[in-house]
Amino acid sequence: MSNPLSPPKRKDPLTPSRLGHVPPRLRSRAAKAMAVRAGQGRFVLQVCEGCSEATYPPRDRCPHCWGELRWADQPQTAVLLAETVVRATTDNFFREHLPWRIGTVQLDAGPTAVAHLHGDVAIGDQVRMRLVLDRGGNPALFALPLKETPHMQDDPQLRVFTSAPKHRRILVTDGRTRLGQDVAQALLAAGAGTVFLGNSDPLLRHDGEEWIASTPNIDMVPLDLTDSRSVSELAGTLGGRVDIIVNTAGYVRPGGVSSGSRLATLQTAMDINAFGLLRLAQSFGPALGARSDDGVNSAAAFVDINSIYAMTGNAGFAGFAASAAARLSLVAGLRGEMASVGIRVASVLCGPIDDAWHQAVPPPKVATSRVAQAVVQVLQDGLEQVCVGDVAEDLAARWQQDPFLTIREENL
Amino acid sequence: MTRRPAAYDGVAVCCPVTVPYVRYSPETAHWWAGAALSALGERTGLGPADIDGFCFASFSSGPDSVVGMIQHLGLCPRWMDHIPTGGASGVMALRRAARAVQSGDADLVVCLAADTNQVDSFRQTLAGFSRFSQDAMYPYGFGGPNATFALITDNFMRTYGVGRESFGKLCVAQRANALSNPHALMKRPLSLDQYMSSRAISDPVHLLDCVMPCAGAEAFIVTTEEKAASLGLAAASIKATIERHNAFPEDPIQVRGGWVRDVDTLWEAAGCSPEDMDTIQFYDDYPVIVAMQMEDLGFCRKGEVAGFIDRHDFTISGSLPLNTNGGQLSAGQAGAAGGFQNVTEALRQVLGCPLGDQVPDARRALVSGFGLVNYDRGVCTGAAVLEGAT
Repeated sequence: MSNPLSPPKRKDPLTPSRLGHVPPRLRSRAAKAMAVRAGQGRFVLQVCEGCSEATYPPRDRCPHCWGELRWADQPQTAVLLAETVVRATTDNFFREHLPWRIGTVQLDAGPTAVAHLHGDVAIGDQVRMRLVLDRGGNPALFALPLKETPHMQDDPQLRVFTSAPKHRRILVTDGRTRLGQDVAQALLAAGAGTVFLGNSDPLLRHDGEEWIASTPNIDMVPLDLTDSRSVSELAGTLGGRVDIIVNTAGYVRPGGVSSGSRLATLQTAMDINAFGLLRLAQSFGPALGARSDDGVNSAAAFVDINSIYAMTGNAGFAGFAASAAARLSLVAGLRGEMASVGIRVASVLCGPIDDAWHQAVPPPKVATSRVAQAVVQVLQDGLEQVCVGDVAEDLAARWQQDPFLTIREENL
Repeated sequence: MTRRPAAYDGVAVCCPVTVPYVRYSPETAHWWAGAALSALGERTGLGPADIDGFCFASFSSGPDSVVGMIQHLGLCPRWMDHIPTGGASGVMALRRAARAVQSGDADLVVCLAADTNQVDSFRQTLAGFSRFSQDAMYPYGFGGPNATFALITDNFMRTYGVGRESFGKLCVAQRANALSNPHALMKRPLSLDQYMSSRAISDPVHLLDCVMPCAGAEAFIVTTEEKAASLGLAAASIKATIERHNAFPEDPIQVRGGWVRDVDTLWEAAGCSPEDMDTIQFYDDYPVIVAMQMEDLGFCRKGEVAGFIDRHDFTISGSLPLNTNGGQLSAGQAGAAGGFQNVTEALRQVLGCPLGDQVPDARRALVSGFGLVNYDRGVCTGAAVLEGAT
């Protein structure tokens, strides 16, 4: 069993923080393709289109018959054959995490591989493999116990690859909405130390105020994403104490491109959905990056809840979809920047949320509590992108097959 | 068994050169290569115009390959080669040069390996070493080759019941041999207790299982017997050689090297057997690989190496003298030159001009190469039997 993680001690302000190094980042293009799937929580290897053999490490041609390779989901079981504990390294990231345990596993999928080891696996054990992302955003194989063990998530090596909420302080940007409050509740249930809930207008009443007031470990904080000063002031107060940001803010209004919408509505959508994210990133990004290896409550992740229509546009919500597309593009840029300082950037992509602004949209619509669960999963598994609900999953599957057809389907 | 290769009739191997190693050097691989040529020139009177074949190995000469090196050093060869296989490069250079000379493509080939070791060289070499290690090995704790060989050693010890004491005996014997070599970086005697209590680096690999990276250069000449005689150089002959790459990819963890595929060819072509070797110069990046070679090159059966190690002494004055210059474990690992020092030391022993103590009546030597841990195992293997004049 793993030792349960203790809450971090209060930080000595005179002690320098551990710098946010990341593991070595140079990778082949094939390894980057593996990273994309890792970020979606899949366990994949390359399989030959000719001879169907699975191969590892990532290659560009099959070593058995020189056929073309494609990525395919694989059985996750393996056996641990050999192990070592690395006690000396020339790399700054691993120096801070020694001793570090790795092993050779025989994958049931075929190849052998070197993997990071959970503390509860031993030589000869059947293990369950996961494809994870390291702090630099690169793919890594991790061997877990076959069955859940006590406090398994608290394993110090595993925690390096996740952004698990336990004992972490999390800013949820819009606490006035049901979505923000459900996310806060789910994070607290997952062990978050504190949730800071943003409130863009403290003078205006909103639903859920009583629940917030009566729930321990939630702090309401002033945060208006359309106001650069508001965002930077909050960062000035909280910057060094926020470990995860979950951007739940979203401004949704119906309307087309040539008719049925006003420019001002579109501008507000851009201001909240796209520029709001930009303001958050600019104010909080550097502080997150500086604390990405700062112990139990190191800064870990930036999660953005966005619309799946960012990928296609959406008839009837054209302006909103455009702001979502801008937001998704900004997230891609932010992911690259934050990978170099050890912060995971993730998108939770939803179909229409079951709220007042989607009354006219037919079901299925995704419940806010379901989105909240997805946020927790993204953090616990260290993912980069998940689609939540039937509409988002369906659209993503179609987009994967034929992006331009899907764009046409969603707009005609 | 593969078709029997032609004998190396008329080929002479001579003039082993070692440029004394240093732990860190501010100089470049080019400087070290030039130092080796300079030493070779002093010994033989040869100048740039006399060298018509050049075979080169280095990890740190980047961005230059052999092409940059020959222009840098003013050579005009009619045959050249670049061997990127590290620990297997010496044996491979030897057999390529020998065939070039035998066929008349070159008259006098200088085989040369040179590497520098600047303060941060080791980390930088690792960071860009190979695609597989960059994608799938080094990001796992970044223990470098120590971690890779720890996994191989862990599995080898458990599979064949070999204890650290066996590896310790090899390291202690090599250190005893190193004490007579004035160039060896390790100058103090080593006891088995010191070996056993050295600190863990990547379990079960401990500090004294690891080589010391350093800067240095090694070179030798391959030419015709007539040319060697006209230059007044004592020469050895090549009785047999083998090489093999990426053998046994089906083994989940490396327990044998490519030698196993070709060992019968080697001894049949050599016309002798392991018992006839007066000294063995085995590639020794880690003692587990030395042990593996004892099995794979026919000195004992697979799984019986612990008993074999018990029965031998491995020092210069004892039975089966091993790595008589101290090997890389005690003399230092100068990058790709680590794959050449076994050839130069074998040459010296059979030519009667060792750096340190002479193995009594040494006439035949077995040299082995093992190189390039591209991912989870050494990919390249080779071996050669050298014989001095009677």
